[in-house]
Amino acid sequence: MSQANRPLSPHLQVYTFHFTMMWSIIHRITGLGLGLGTIWLTWWLIAAATGPEAFDAVQIFSGTFIGRLLLFGFTWALMFHTLNGVRHLFWDIGKGFEMDTVEATGWAVAIGSVVLTLGIWVYGYMSMGVL
Amino acid sequence: MVEFTLPANSKVGKGKTVKAPAGAKNVTTVEVYRWNPDDEANPHMDKFEVDLDTCGPMVLDALIKIKNEMDPTLTFRRSCREGVCGSCAMNIDGTNTLACTKSIQDIRGKTIKISPLPHMPVIKDLVPDLTQFFAQYASVKPWMQSDTPAPTGMERPQSQEERDKMDGVWECVLCACCSTACPSYWWNPDRYLGPAALLQAYRWIVDSRDESTGERLDDLEDPFKLYRCHTIMNCTKTCPKGLEPGKKIAEIKQMLVERRL
Repeated sequence: MSQANRPLSPHLQVYTFHFTMMWSIIHRITGLGLGLGTIWLTWWLIAAATGPEAFDAVQIFSGTFIGRLLLFGFTWALMFHTLNGVRHLFWDIGKGFEMDTVEATGWAVAIGSVVLTLGIWVYGYMSMGVL
Repeated sequence: MVEFTLPANSKVGKGKTVKAPAGAKNVTTVEVYRWNPDDEANPHMDKFEVDLDTCGPMVLDALIKIKNEMDPTLTFRRSCREGVCGSCAMNIDGTNTLACTKSIQDIRGKTIKISPLPHMPVIKDLVPDLTQFFAQYASVKPWMQSDTPAPTGMERPQSQEERDKMDGVWECVLCACCSTACPSYWWNPDRYLGPAALLQAYRWIVDSRDESTGERLDDLEDPFKLYRCHTIMNCTKTCPKGLEPGKKIAEIKQMLVERRL
């Protein structure tokens, strides 16, 4: 049989999703999310420059349950990507490569991003006088 | 190219089940990836019920027992049975490791699932085609390149500190566990060198006796060869020798930056 017909061995189908690759995937997905969020932010800024009606439209959409949920996700994506980015900066200077450290900093990023996101939203609602 | 699914000819089907002999008490199921180039069929998973009471402690012992007693056509590489040759690298229980140093007791699942090293062309059963992997190893020129002749009557001297730099590097047995655990290597196996070849490149870059450090770094300064490493760290996580290819790749990146300052 020719070499061309050789099957490709299973990869994602069999490989355990270790935290190492999970965090890398989440970093990429949040990065993608930030790109989409930035388009939203741009929409908001352009609307603000366009006039009161356009600005109101964005404000109303952003204030809906779905809008707030997406903004909450945007906040979390920003926090996760930022904190994990700091983790990457440490790796770039050659620090934090021991497997225990990789795992510990990974969890610190995950927990930190949730705490910061909740903090930002609680602060936001408090300054609106809702909480 | 990122392709999450397997091509049509690589989809894995169900295979046969070979029962343990009657009276066996301590039975575990070993599921093994099979593909025979002489068949027209797709790969499949065969189940072998292995009596652990009459089997050695390691996964390699189970494979040898299957080959000896249940199915002599089962094909896999093995040699030293003590983790120094790197032949029996395969994906066991979802992680790449050496079958000879992986204890059956350490497997979490009820069945022991074994498949070839991931995202590689399969020659037969658990034997992947490592031609490209070794071509990449050869591409980092893994030999000493020095114009200065060695001192007469002795080897090239090296201080203790200079020698220490090669610890955590020379132990690599080129089993390919790390490279085939790396998603970046899965998607760009033709252009990204992968952690194993880069670890070897590092070994010669830091060797105080080698005089072509500059050329070696020039050769790696490439968007794909080196910089497809995104510090995913599956390499270090999986290394059966406990080495840190991820860290060494980061150090190569640092050297490339530092020499420009």
